Amino acid sequence: MGIVTPGFQGRPRAEAPDLPPGQYLTPDFPVLSAGPTPRVPRDQWEFVISSETGTEYRWSWDEMMALPQETPTVDIHCVTRWSKLGTTWRGVSLDTLLDGVDTAADYALAHSYGGYTTNLPLEDLRDGQAWLVHTYDGDDLPAEHGGPARLLVPHLYFWKSAKWVRGIHLTVEDTPGFWETAGYHDYGDPWREQRYQGD
Amino acid sequence: MTALPYVDGNMLDGPLGEVFAVDLSSATARCANCGTPGPVAGLRVYSHAPGLVGRCPTCVEVMLRLVRAPDRAWLDLRGATFLQFPMPPDRPR
Ligand SMILES: [Zn+2]
Repeated sequence: MGIVTPGFQGRPRAEAPDLPPGQYLTPDFPVLSAGPTPRVPRDQWEFVISSETGTEYRWSWDEMMALPQETPTVDIHCVTRWSKLGTTWRGVSLDTLLDGVDTAADYALAHSYGGYTTNLPLEDLRDGQAWLVHTYDGDDLPAEHGGPARLLVPHLYFWKSAKWVRGIHLTVEDTPGFWETAGYHDYGDPWREQRYQGD
Repeated sequence: MTALPYVDGNMLDGPLGEVFAVDLSSATARCANCGTPGPVAGLRVYSHAPGLVGRCPTCVEVMLRLVRAPDRAWLDLRGATFLQFPMPPDRPR
């Protein structure tokens, strides 16, 4: 569990990072996808937060890019057991997007171009824990990695960081998403190894 | 990328054979979204994912999801309205 091979990536064991249990380090960025890759032109892209009362808050690409931008450097952990450390992204904090949103909801269901969904507690999108990112490692986010924009919620397994994200439904009740309805854990904390239901 | 991002449903033989006693390689499934029936072997299977996702070759909607944990498996067939299997003829009574 959490085995890091000495010399892997050319790094001595003393510098080897502490990985969540059951994860291995990869220098690559594997592409995982449950379906065909959507191609969304930026001039047709939009991001919509809808509250539990049905109020919608919309941003076009230009409106999103005009918001304050952040450059988080974070570790990411995929439930298929690879982890990648020190990844650098650029995008808008969910705190910024949720700032003017009037809601009493406790849950969020992210939904994507192409039909993917994933659920998480709304509080996990707040307090500097989540971003809507459009840039990876200094370049436009490629479509195979979720571009033009994806969710980035690095403290949870990476399936929660919805690729091609189109919006977020804020809900009073928890609504399990694509993988959460097919055996995967509802919350997905890599440090508690919450891979599957009941873990 | 030049490789196709999916493989055909024949790759499901092993994973589904682990779950079912019947041979699914010759089964037919009907898509719940567009209504098209077709062989399970004809599904488009996306396997570079946390589970296997079988999509309808006609409308690309999800028909089947199979998640394998070390000690459990989940099979979600809500996207398929039926599975039809060839069976040996009923014996005369
Ligand atoms: Zn169909």
